Order: sequence, then C-alpha cells, then structure tokens
Amino acid sequence: MTARLTKHRDSALWLAAMVHRISGLALAIFLPFHFLALGLAIDSDARFESFLRWTDQPLVKFAEGGLVFLLAVHLLGGLRVLVIENFAWRDGQKQLATLAAAVSVLIAVGFLARVF
Amino acid sequence: MNVRLYVWQRATAAVMAPLVLGHLAVIFYATRQGLSAADILARTRGSIVWAAYYGLFVAAASIHAAIGIRNIFSEWSPFNERQAGFLAILFGLLLALLGARAVAAVVLS
Repeated sequence: MTARLTKHRDSALWLAAMVHRISGLALAIFLPFHFLALGLAIDSDARFESFLRWTDQPLVKFAEGGLVFLLAVHLLGGLRVLVIENFAWRDGQKQLATLAAAVSVLIAVGFLARVF
Repeated sequence: MNVRLYVWQRATAAVMAPLVLGHLAVIFYATRQGLSAADILARTRGSIVWAAYYGLFVAAASIHAAIGIRNIFSEWSPFNERQAGFLAILFGLLLALLGARAVAAVVLS
C-alpha cells in the first residue's frame, strides 16, 4: 500500500475509530460467554457460585479489568460519535478521544484496585 | 450499511449508553466485598425492575452487536453483503437467545 493511501492512519481519530471497532468486536465475542456464565444459575445456585469462585484467580481478575476497559472505551467512543453526528460540535475531537481513553483506563484501574 | 441499519445501530447505542453506565456502577457496587452468587441472586430474583433493565439491555445489545458484526464481515472478510447479513442475523439471534436465558436465570426463582 502506498504511503498516500495509509497516511490517514497517523491520525489520532483513525486510531480512535479503530479502538472503537476492535473494542466492539471483542465485546461481541465476550458476550455469549458472559451470558452462558450467568445462565449457570438456571442449573443451580451452587454451580453459579462455583464459577464465581473460579473468577477469583488473579489472571481472571486482570482479564475482567480488560473487559471493563473495553466496555468503558466503547461507551465513551460511541458517545463521541453520537455527539459528532447529532450536534454541531466538531472542535477538540482528538482531545476528546484521548480523554475517553484516559477515563477508560482510570475506570479499569479503579476496578482492579477494588477486586485485588 | 444502509440507512435503516445505521438508524438502528445509533438508536440502540443511544438506548444502551445509560444502561452501560448503570452496568458499570453495578459492577463496582457488586465487587465491593467480592462477588457471590447469593448477593447477586438476592438482588435480582423476582425483580421486575432488573428483568426489564437487563431484558432491554440484551435486546439492544443483540441488535447493536449484530449490525457491528455485519459491518466488520462486509468490510474485513471475503463474505459478500448477503452472507455478512445472514451471519449477522444468526449472531444476533444467538445473543438474544443466550441473553434472554441469562436474564431468566438470575431473575426467575
């Protein structure tokens, strides 16, 4: 691919769009497993509890922190898209996208601090 | 993406924005002393409010995710529009089914 065709990839807003897409894809892949885990309560409360005890492992907690980040960054990135499309607000979009990422990191770190 | 799908994706996003904020708040609240099945089910079992909240969430997420998956398939995979649409509908139905089952699992006693 020529440099001219990929130049837009240097833009922070292209990165924001890519983060939005990848986070959405990751959440879509995770959702069926999330629903299956909650569905364990149909069989018995004990099976659900046993699954929750499995999630006490540090690696699982880190993965949950990653999911919280993905959820937050997809929400905030999506709100930015809705604002651009529905209001006459075009200024500072790079700063807004950066702020969305930073707030998402803070939310995920806050979650990890809570569960560890 | 045609106009109809665009409107559905944006409308479901607007519906889900407050629901996701609420979900994040619930995640932080529920993990205050470690997750337990007893705590979660005590909150949700028999609750019409939680059933409506998460029922709406599942419906909106299923539509929103299916449209997103359709866009990714049609732009990033060799599938044509028709195949991408078919796979997206299957995925949306799977999410709606598993999501409804999950809501029933935590709400119905």
